[in-house]
Amino acid sequence: MVMRSPVATAIAIGVGLIVLLGYLLPLPVLDPIRRLFLDWSIILAAVAGLVAILNLFKAHWRKISSSRERDYYSLFFILGFILTAALGLLFGPTDERVRPLIMSIQLPVEASLVGLLTITFVVSAVRLFALRRSWMSGIFLASTIVFLLAGSGVFLTSGTSQVIKEVLAALNILPAAGARGILLGIALGSVLTGLRVLLGMDRPYSE
Amino acid sequence: MSIFLSILALVIILISAGLLFFLALPPKRRSRWGLRPIPAFSELVRVLGLSVEEGTRLHLTLGHAGITQPTSASALVGLQALERITAISSVSDRPPLATSGEGSLTLLSQSTLRAVYRLNNALDLYDPQRGRLTGVTPLSYAAGMLPIAYDENVSAHLIVGHYGLEIGLLCEAAVRNNAFTLAASDSLSAQAVLFATTKQPLIGEELFAIPAYLQTSPAHVASLRVQDLLRWGTVIALVLSAVLGVFGWL
Repeated sequence: MVMRSPVATAIAIGVGLIVLLGYLLPLPVLDPIRRLFLDWSIILAAVAGLVAILNLFKAHWRKISSSRERDYYSLFFILGFILTAALGLLFGPTDERVRPLIMSIQLPVEASLVGLLTITFVVSAVRLFALRRSWMSGIFLASTIVFLLAGSGVFLTSGTSQVIKEVLAALNILPAAGARGILLGIALGSVLTGLRVLLGMDRPYSE
Repeated sequence: MSIFLSILALVIILISAGLLFFLALPPKRRSRWGLRPIPAFSELVRVLGLSVEEGTRLHLTLGHAGITQPTSASALVGLQALERITAISSVSDRPPLATSGEGSLTLLSQSTLRAVYRLNNALDLYDPQRGRLTGVTPLSYAAGMLPIAYDENVSAHLIVGHYGLEIGLLCEAAVRNNAFTLAASDSLSAQAVLFATTKQPLIGEELFAIPAYLQTSPAHVASLRVQDLLRWGTVIALVLSAVLGVFGWL
């Protein structure tokens, strides 16, 4: 990492160490400081969210005001944003009139996207071999079909033999074991990534 | 958390930190360990060069995990990749674009982009709109990336971060536009989707190898080594505990 900012780095390392030690060591003096820092970080993240949303508004404003690549779809964003923000500020986000109004637009749109996603997955499954010819793709497709059938309950009728039940129970252990293996690797990677930030080797915050 | 687990965690962290420092030392003081070849990274390097030559854009998306959430490590990896990729392709006609679904990540991506331009003495070329928030809910985030995939002449998508199933929408758009996709996530459901929908998925902890393979710094290669050692430690601990459990000693 070539970015250098000694003050920001020192603050990040100091705060990080206090939060880590406050979490791991049962020292009464560290716990309130740790909670205070975590509260501050949540407030800062919320402010960052607000700044990023204003940035998004600016990006769409630029799109509709651009003479070269004008995008009229951005107008929907601008109008939606202004309407939602105005109603939220006037009546509050939990108001009984505002919330259903917003939800009645957002939920159908998101439901449509989920529907689109379902079709996308079916197409992707069909296209998998064209995208990547390998034995892993074969295993992936075979396991998808097997676990879809096993999870559907089609084998679990009153007449199902004990042997099939045992086989299904054993089959269900396989994805859990694989998932735990992957999650262990992810956890180790996360620890090392955090450690690099804590030691000042990675500085995503500094310029 | 019990005091035993706290001390154990602290010991593991201290050992890892020590190993990280030692293995990050210059190679002449110890033997160099090579990185195993992963085809996805060779392809990425080739695509990076091509995109600069052809004047197409690279799109890096960082996910929607906030920096205060436990799943933010994947986004930090994405920021490292963004820094390296921007350094390589900042002189391109169409510099890279970073999108995210969370405010703090957006600001960090803008900060990363700005820092790289400043270090390259090209701050006048920096545009804050190249670090964008596309939506604040998972689906709106994914939907906000679709116009980028279709309209901004993107030749490669780097998908590095925390996602849900909705990332399939971007992958499908990338396939339709014949764009290269390298994807890695810490989420199991996203990994399943990415495996089926992208050309070059990275599985499990390969996500954390991205900075090392992009030659960001010796610390990232050292970090991979420590990760490998910790993995072996975990394997030994698991086998040992299973054996002790079988004999009733645990």
